[in-house]
Amino acid sequence: MTVTEQTGPPTGGGREDTPLLDLLSGFIVELRQAGLPVSLTENLDAMEAVTHIPIADRDAFKYALGSTLVKNHSHWRSFEVVFEVYFSMRGDEYRLDEVAEGEGPEGEPGPPAEGAPQGGGGAMSGLTPEQLAEMLMKALMNGDQAMLRALARQAVVRYAGMEPGRPVGGTYYLYRTLRNLDLDGVLEGLMDAAREESPEDLTPLEERLERDEFSDRIEQLKQEIEAEIRRRLVADRGVEAMARTLRKPLPEDVDFMHASREEMADLKKAIHPLTRKLAVRLARKRRHGRKGPLDFRNTIRHSLSYGGVPAEPKFRFPRPAKPEIMVVADISGSVAAFARFTLHLVYAISGQFSKVRSFVFIDGLDEVTGFFEGVEEIGEAVHRVNTEADVVWVDGHSDYGHAFGVFWERFGRDVGPKTTVIVLGDARNNYHASQSWILKEIQHKARRVYWLNPEPRAYWDTGDSIVGEYSTHCEGTFEVRNLRQLEAFVEKLV
Amino acid sequence: MDFRFEDVDGIRRSLAGANYLADDGIAGIVYLADRLGKPILVEGPAGTGKTQLAQSVAEITGARLVRLQCYEGLDESKALYEWNYKKQLLRIQASGDDSDWSEIEDDLFSEEFLLTRPLLEAIRAEDPVLLLVDEVDRLEVETEALLLEILSEYQVSIPELGTVTAAQVPMVFLTSNATRELSEALKRRCLYLHIDYPDLEREREIVMAKVPGVDANLADQVARIVRSIRQLDLKKSPSVSETLDWARTLVLLGIDKVDAQSATDTANILLKYRTDIDKAVKEFADRPDDLVVDNDT
Repeated sequence: MTVTEQTGPPTGGGREDTPLLDLLSGFIVELRQAGLPVSLTENLDAMEAVTHIPIADRDAFKYALGSTLVKNHSHWRSFEVVFEVYFSMRGDEYRLDEVAEGEGPEGEPGPPAEGAPQGGGGAMSGLTPEQLAEMLMKALMNGDQAMLRALARQAVVRYAGMEPGRPVGGTYYLYRTLRNLDLDGVLEGLMDAAREESPEDLTPLEERLERDEFSDRIEQLKQEIEAEIRRRLVADRGVEAMARTLRKPLPEDVDFMHASREEMADLKKAIHPLTRKLAVRLARKRRHGRKGPLDFRNTIRHSLSYGGVPAEPKFRFPRPAKPEIMVVADISGSVAAFARFTLHLVYAISGQFSKVRSFVFIDGLDEVTGFFEGVEEIGEAVHRVNTEADVVWVDGHSDYGHAFGVFWERFGRDVGPKTTVIVLGDARNNYHASQSWILKEIQHKARRVYWLNPEPRAYWDTGDSIVGEYSTHCEGTFEVRNLRQLEAFVEKLV
Repeated sequence: MDFRFEDVDGIRRSLAGANYLADDGIAGIVYLADRLGKPILVEGPAGTGKTQLAQSVAEITGARLVRLQCYEGLDESKALYEWNYKKQLLRIQASGDDSDWSEIEDDLFSEEFLLTRPLLEAIRAEDPVLLLVDEVDRLEVETEALLLEILSEYQVSIPELGTVTAAQVPMVFLTSNATRELSEALKRRCLYLHIDYPDLEREREIVMAKVPGVDANLADQVARIVRSIRQLDLKKSPSVSETLDWARTLVLLGIDKVDAQSATDTANILLKYRTDIDKAVKEFADRPDDLVVDNDT
């Protein structure tokens, strides 16, 4: 059954309405594919929930499904994308007519705004690009939602150049549309207009507020355009195919090495709550964790009240050892993001360690512990590490051998039996000497040596990667490609 | 089973009547919770009105609010029920020698000697109640299990007495600040509602509704400035309650138009960290150099 055949929303959403249930189960399968943990009970709840909420009320419907299926806010974005794909063809205001003709869609942009020629989209296709730009400006100025939606459609029809069956992703069309609209220019235009409108000069504060307001509206417009493109793609290719191409990993599953800029921003946002949760969990574990060793003296003393029978064993106060951490991180281009996140995480929970020292290298090596001392903003410190640390020796290509050499020479004596050394990097040595004997020496002196590699395990020891050689001198070598794996490792460390 | 609410819109209206401005999501999920008879797990940053939502829903349904404040170390005897040991002891002493032991034993574990705690109280209530389990994330993972039976079956099992089943399905709200991940078992039993910072319009309306004497212009400005501040990368973004405090302060100071100077002077009400305040002030200040001089004079 293809979904696109069903035009118009079904009346209500009764139990006998099997197409809806079919659609819903397909939807849930897709959610699971995208990595959301949807249990059977939640599935049943969702099925029951939709009998109470008419599908025509799309927002309420979305929230109803969301509340039963998504129990973690960071998964909401992924849910939203899947929802858009599966249900975007439903609900009257979103119906899509006559796409193939390239004509303006006959959707109703609500009551026409004053100054706009005859609300209908058909009229718009006769406009020149200049007129269109002007209308866009006006709609943004007044924050006219209905008009913006109509304009977004028109822009997609006009600029995206979508052809049925063309195997191009939505981002390509989005890029083409946005390039033609020149939204940065529009923002400046709006600011100029706002300056002109106000009787006196705008104070910087007011200017800032205006700018935020307009950026917000432009962001809305972008989302409209994106949604429009998605709707058209779904109409063209069908639901399942689209869901597959649009599938986005959850923030904790995003690969450090291949994250897009947008995903990076999400990751940065995700790391804050993550570190907080981790810190709370570790602190609790420490407090409740284990008992200390038997306190013999105390036990004997208490045995007096039982006539000398040691009935109530007493334990010493637990003193769990706090490890001393040395992080040695490769911050060359390919793995920089990974090093950044790991440093961030380690410092965020530095209270769990007796001491944290960090070193970064590319082909030279530099200690960066000082950047983190007395700094409240870890993010800022990490940024400084990337810009200020002196890590280039010859040519700025990773040279693990030389970096280890410098480390051993300058800081080798600080490695002691309490120290845990963590090396971060992909061990792509650009065919330099490996100097793995140094790692062996370090392992002898240190409590533990771990290696974290952000590359997929399948790529290890291919090309110039020599992680296998190094890992013989490590207690553990771990693949850490995303936040989930990173979190798991750090927890184990403590 | 009869329901408390007619439709989603009705909820939104009556919540607005109780001075709580709900958006589509909130009202829809409250409606759904009523229909499905499921608890709502409300999560979100501090100070966005999670607890207030439960209180307002209690108000509009005319239910008595039974509140369980969670904290680390909360246990069965504080959350569910406890036997009144002192009274039991008295009962044994008062009985004298001639009475039959088995009779006393039966008597000891009867309702007379049971001390109800919030969870049991909510279950046994005859009148309409609304159970609010506040800050669930402060419980330890093991203690969370205490809640499971209540949340799914609306009953409490007491070994000596048997199972106490709810006379009526109460509305249940759980709130969490997300300081830790709640267990799957708990989440599965609840509808999930994430309350985020409100959007511009809603925040403006909230300010209008909650701050007496504020005019529309000031409310609009306050909401806009707060939104801009939230876009900065801060340790702690201003919450709704802090927005309200700020708006009240501005009204009290007789400021009807916020400029950089007054925003700087009162930023400490909105933001609670030195670094955050510095950052915001830097963003909004007119000419940073002049400002320093202004402050000195």
